[in-house]
Amino acid sequence: MHNLTIAELIKGLQSKEFTSVELTQHFLARIAALNSGYNAVITITADQALKAAAAADQRLAAGNAPALCGVPMLHKDIFCTNGVRTSCGSKMLDNFIPPYNATVVDNFEQAGAVVLGKTNMDEFAMGSSNETSFYGPVKNPWATDCVPGGSSGGSAAAVAARLAPGATATDTGGSIRQPAALCGITGLKPTYGRVSRWGMIAFASSLDQGGPMARTAEDCAIMLSCMASYDDKDSTCVDREVPDYSATLGKPIKGLRIGVPTEYFSEGLNPGTEQAVRAALAEFEAQGAELVEISLPNTGLSVPAYYVIAPAEASANLSRFDGVRYGYRCEDPKDLTDLYSRTRAEGFGEEVQRRILIGTYCLSAGYYDAYYGKAQQVRELIKQDFVTAFEKVDVIMGPTCPSPAFKFGSKGDDPVAMYLEDIYTIATNLAGLPGMSVPCGMVDDKPVGLQIIGNYFDEARMLNVAHQYQQATEWHSLAPEGITAPDGITATERAS
Amino acid sequence: MSNSGWETVIGLEVHVQLATKTKIFSGASTTYGAEPNTQACAIDLAMPGTLPVLNKQAVHYAVMFGLAIDAEIGKESAFERKNYFYPDLPKGYQTTQLEKPIVGRGNVEIQMADGRTKNVRIHHAHLEEDAGKSLHEGDFRHGVSGIDLNRAGTPLIEIVSEPDMSNAEEAIAFAKKLHSIVTSIGICDGEMSQGSMRFDVNVSVRRTGTTELGTRTETKNLNSYKFMEEAIAKEVERQIDLIEDGGTVLQETRLYNGDTKVARSMRSKEEANDYRYFPCPDLLPVIVSDETIEELRRNLPELPDARQARFIEQYGLSAYDAAMIGSDAAMAAYFETATKESGNAKLAANWTMGELAARLNSEDLSINKSPVNAEQLGGLVARIADNSISGKMAKEVFEGMWAGEGSADEIIEARGLKQVSDSGALEQMVADVLAANQAMVDDYINTDEAKRKKKLGGFMGKIMQASKGQANPQQVNQILAQKLNELV
Repeated sequence: MHNLTIAELIKGLQSKEFTSVELTQHFLARIAALNSGYNAVITITADQALKAAAAADQRLAAGNAPALCGVPMLHKDIFCTNGVRTSCGSKMLDNFIPPYNATVVDNFEQAGAVVLGKTNMDEFAMGSSNETSFYGPVKNPWATDCVPGGSSGGSAAAVAARLAPGATATDTGGSIRQPAALCGITGLKPTYGRVSRWGMIAFASSLDQGGPMARTAEDCAIMLSCMASYDDKDSTCVDREVPDYSATLGKPIKGLRIGVPTEYFSEGLNPGTEQAVRAALAEFEAQGAELVEISLPNTGLSVPAYYVIAPAEASANLSRFDGVRYGYRCEDPKDLTDLYSRTRAEGFGEEVQRRILIGTYCLSAGYYDAYYGKAQQVRELIKQDFVTAFEKVDVIMGPTCPSPAFKFGSKGDDPVAMYLEDIYTIATNLAGLPGMSVPCGMVDDKPVGLQIIGNYFDEARMLNVAHQYQQATEWHSLAPEGITAPDGITATERAS
Repeated sequence: MSNSGWETVIGLEVHVQLATKTKIFSGASTTYGAEPNTQACAIDLAMPGTLPVLNKQAVHYAVMFGLAIDAEIGKESAFERKNYFYPDLPKGYQTTQLEKPIVGRGNVEIQMADGRTKNVRIHHAHLEEDAGKSLHEGDFRHGVSGIDLNRAGTPLIEIVSEPDMSNAEEAIAFAKKLHSIVTSIGICDGEMSQGSMRFDVNVSVRRTGTTELGTRTETKNLNSYKFMEEAIAKEVERQIDLIEDGGTVLQETRLYNGDTKVARSMRSKEEANDYRYFPCPDLLPVIVSDETIEELRRNLPELPDARQARFIEQYGLSAYDAAMIGSDAAMAAYFETATKESGNAKLAANWTMGELAARLNSEDLSINKSPVNAEQLGGLVARIADNSISGKMAKEVFEGMWAGEGSADEIIEARGLKQVSDSGALEQMVADVLAANQAMVDDYINTDEAKRKKKLGGFMGKIMQASKGQANPQQVNQILAQKLNELV
């Protein structure tokens, strides 16, 4: 059952091939058996899941149940879940149990989806390797000595290891797409404002966006149709009808204009990754798409601009974690300053503290114009690059990240090397554009992701484009060894 | 005064709590005086993942203030985060406006006791959220501070004046005028004792004749005119003494304790926070359309200046009375109701400003909390106007109303206070008293004409005594004079 896609599970549930309770028990058993090898799931909500599954079975029996009714899922531990610990991967919130749901969590709950638990993540979503989590690193199911990517590494690894058919995730600078690429699954970061941020613990408010992770574009379409909604509790959420993303899958892509940015194929790109991405582009060409060479001249500025804006916003967003009202509080504070400084020094990890300091510095009197002000100007230029490009093309494609999954600790001493991991993904966040990653090859037995960037609110087109690709290729159905693929063929064998 | 040869320059920053039902960024109630932390929702507590949603009414109130002072309205204003740590500031930043405030430059005309007027320029006014309260002393446990977040997120406008005032009298006139405006247009309840209006006073001094501004200090959070006056006097004296003794004024934030009358430095410029303002990414720019502005302008309640002019015109009040009553929205409304009820504006004005105001003042009550409502006072004024009761009786009736004994008519009835104005009955009463006091009558007749008037009081006393105080004194006076003159 765990090798079925969400679309297949929905069919099976609706045709009574299996019940939601059976499905839920199956995935809970897999988590119990396999999770210790990946550390992808940090909170398991078995009792609630089984209750929800029983309720879903009743709805299914009564007919007219929503699409996702009875389908097991995981939530990234950045989404607040009523009555269930929401840690954001931090010691600071290790004891935090929210009395409310994130809108995203509500949406899945109303659709009858069954929540199995919460996934591991980089602390406060700050990281590209999942090494910054208070709960320890997540291991990449394709190579357990390698990182799964971050920050949504837990969700990506869980989906890759078939611990759940789908999981929610968030993306501030690549946190959905990069781990999706490194774990060989499909992930979509929607247009900023498409998915409500209410109850999603903020990292950088102007960049954060929730999105789905699953094995196929078709499954991401099903999930996004549920996940996206207008929400008046989030002022930046856009009041725009949510299309049925599944309905537009299956359109031929003949005549599709694909922009290929020169800057995404430059120095630093792993040759194997480049080869895989070029092969994917050739496949689109074979399906009748047209490749258009484009330039996004300010791409090189995106990482420095991002590492001013995101930490600046984070430095304010994380001020609320002060030990006063909830979360971690240091022992026996001497006075107020001691309470603040020790609570935050003990409760936050190194990377989080680094970014708070960077952000605080960038906003300080005398530095604001040179850093924050300048970064906002750069952001405008980057956005303009895309606006110009989308006058000529329908989608933009390139690698999701420069190379496949790297070994634990290999970038640990060099934050800048780690930041460059997001060089191809960050610009879309700065521009607010949607981006996705689909598996497009294997390098050294590790997956490679193809990034598809769309125009604002053009998720339906992107999902169809990815779906058409997945109809013609098998990369998305590869399964890592050790999780037992149904036909017994290992990933490496299939790739060759 | 010791400060001859010196000029004072004063500018004010005024925090006005807006009278919205809910908070500026959440749906929690803003009602004053609830149990601590019962009016703070997840957003006010800055729980993780919560987001602000702007209260439209707060925006409208701010625009109304802008219209009332004839200011430029920021058609696209924006919120910023002002970062600092304090336990009563749950998010670790205050959401406020800096670069693009909702209200731009405007003007407020103030009037001094001697009738002189002055224009005070408003630099801008911006929207922001109030902080919670820290409870350090007294009712709280020893060694532990309490935090009440009921106030956190209450909408404020901060009104920033230019340094256009040159003494405490002007500063207070300005503060009072703002109070009058915001209560008249209904955007603030004006309850200063509850912190609905709080004043930060920027003071500097310079030698008379010089134009360069001296170094200023800011005394924060004054919530009464009296404290403001005291704080300004103390600060002006301190600065002049300092300079005259060869010292220099340091730019600093100061506190004044109105109870102990002690002023002290809170923090110097060097110790001041770097607030690291930046645009709040959780909120969109606030766009106010021309249609909305025009609609608010059309529906703007009467402003105090217009109301004072109308009171002179419509009710024939003196300029002084019109200013006294018309500057206070609640008092003006009270007066108009009392006038409508009684049909006598002059008497209604006298009673509103006189007996009522004095009584409210002595019991430290606002007019909204008056035990005697406007209809009741109007009922009383009506009985004075139609001579049913004398002024002296009226005071007794007022006391009865204050004590909750009912309407004027009910009290007059219950206490048998009705004034006798029937001329037949009064003539009989006078005749009886004269007949019973022949000696006094003889004395009156034998007194020089010029001095006779003084003798009338004696008869009056007897008559009032005989009537148990209910005889209409004017009428008795008339009848008495007539009857005595007939005897001469």
